[in-house]
Amino acid sequence: MIPYLHPGTLNIYEPFVKAMAGEGDELKLLGMWASPFVLRTRLALSFKGLSHDYIEEEIFGNKSKLLLMSNPVHKKVPVLIHNGKAICESQVIVQYIDEVFTGTDRPSLLPANPYDRAVARFWATYIDDKLFTSFMTMIKGKTSEEKAEGRKQSFAVAETLEGALKELSKGKPFFGGDNVGYLDIALGGFVAWVHTGDILSGSKQFDANKTPLLAAWFERFCALDATKAVMPDVEKLVDLSKMRQARDDAAAAAVSQSS
Amino acid sequence: MSEQQPVKLIGAFGSPFAHRAEVALKLKGVPYELILEDLENKSDLLLTHNPVHNMVPVLLHGDETVCESLVIVEYVDETFDGPPLLPKNSYDRAKARFWAHFIEHRCLKPFWLSMWTEGEVQTEFMEETKQNLTLLEAQLNGKKFFGGDTIGYLDLAACMLAQWHDALEKVTGVSLVTDDDFPGLRRWAKEYTSNEAVKQCLPKRDLLVTYFGLHKQKYKSFANALVSQ
Repeated sequence: MIPYLHPGTLNIYEPFVKAMAGEGDELKLLGMWASPFVLRTRLALSFKGLSHDYIEEEIFGNKSKLLLMSNPVHKKVPVLIHNGKAICESQVIVQYIDEVFTGTDRPSLLPANPYDRAVARFWATYIDDKLFTSFMTMIKGKTSEEKAEGRKQSFAVAETLEGALKELSKGKPFFGGDNVGYLDIALGGFVAWVHTGDILSGSKQFDANKTPLLAAWFERFCALDATKAVMPDVEKLVDLSKMRQARDDAAAAAVSQSS
Repeated sequence: MSEQQPVKLIGAFGSPFAHRAEVALKLKGVPYELILEDLENKSDLLLTHNPVHNMVPVLLHGDETVCESLVIVEYVDETFDGPPLLPKNSYDRAKARFWAHFIEHRCLKPFWLSMWTEGEVQTEFMEETKQNLTLLEAQLNGKKFFGGDTIGYLDLAACMLAQWHDALEKVTGVSLVTDDDFPGLRRWAKEYTSNEAVKQCLPKRDLLVTYFGLHKQKYKSFANALVSQ
């Protein structure tokens, strides 16, 4: 049963609330510097050349009223607010800005052809289902065996993506061909985590021996000005990872002592 | 790809995902050949055309292959003439995609796990499902379908909550989407299953009950293995 809401109260069932009035094309992005989904959205805005206000949500603090109002369903970042209308979910946001902001000075991210678009969407879904899941297992696995299994899965996923890159790039630098496209940005959201993982583990996630095209793509993508403009500080990410690991280890030790 | 190229859909009895793709083709009036897979014994056709997941549905349009049910629905909408499946307005499209993602990850997954798990774990999944279905039901807001008067993308995304849900509750005895708790969704389910295009692709409820009954043990094992990870 849907509970009765008095008129004037916040309708928590409507995820896209009018957060504030805006004029012209006002873009605000609610984000968190360490999130790969926020990075993905920032990359899209950067490659489209879209200026916007960026509002950082605290990692461990309370979520802002603006975030809670504009994404009441998930209460998560990223949230894009365009002229007062909120759009949530990184892939939904990227497709939205690609459709709305067009023109010669706003390069298209998704291909023009419906079939190529379907292929890009397929692989973007794959990245979120498989690559993200394997990374989360690597980071949050309860045992070292579980984490190792996550790492093994991430290498398997990388090999599959290597095949996709070979097929889609057709010898050109990016998944999108000559220029960065939707899939480059979908994967690009993870480059900071990949870089961090490489530093912490001392080995490469996109190993040039196993996945040469992906390894080259990674270097090339990270060197682009539009990427560098929004890339988080990897040293800070390394520190954050170490801090989170220490916290998880302490929690696990406390549990095993009390049991 | 020319609209005139032949269309084949690789599906399987009982798959709500294959159903989504098939209804999209029906709604657009696209002629197609349906190839039904035996999922216990997958064909070379399926394995070669979906080597990543080995799953249905797979759309073959001339030489091109499209996988993932909701990706297929968008492809069909963009490629063929006929009534639009997604809204025209970019913001409304973004909302539809958001809710489809919500349905897939926050409704259907815990719903499925509610059916096949037991005890405290099952109770938690049921609670999660009910909370999320409440949010979803609010999106109907008295409308006939999620997009308004005509059936569309989000209705196809939610199809499991229509015919499949009834069959699953009959097989498992788990009562989740009741008339009392979710009158809006139950009304929507009747509208959905009465739609002419949907009726042509809808598996009969009693056949679904038999099908789920036959695979009950397998689903229970998979669900419990997933939960214990």
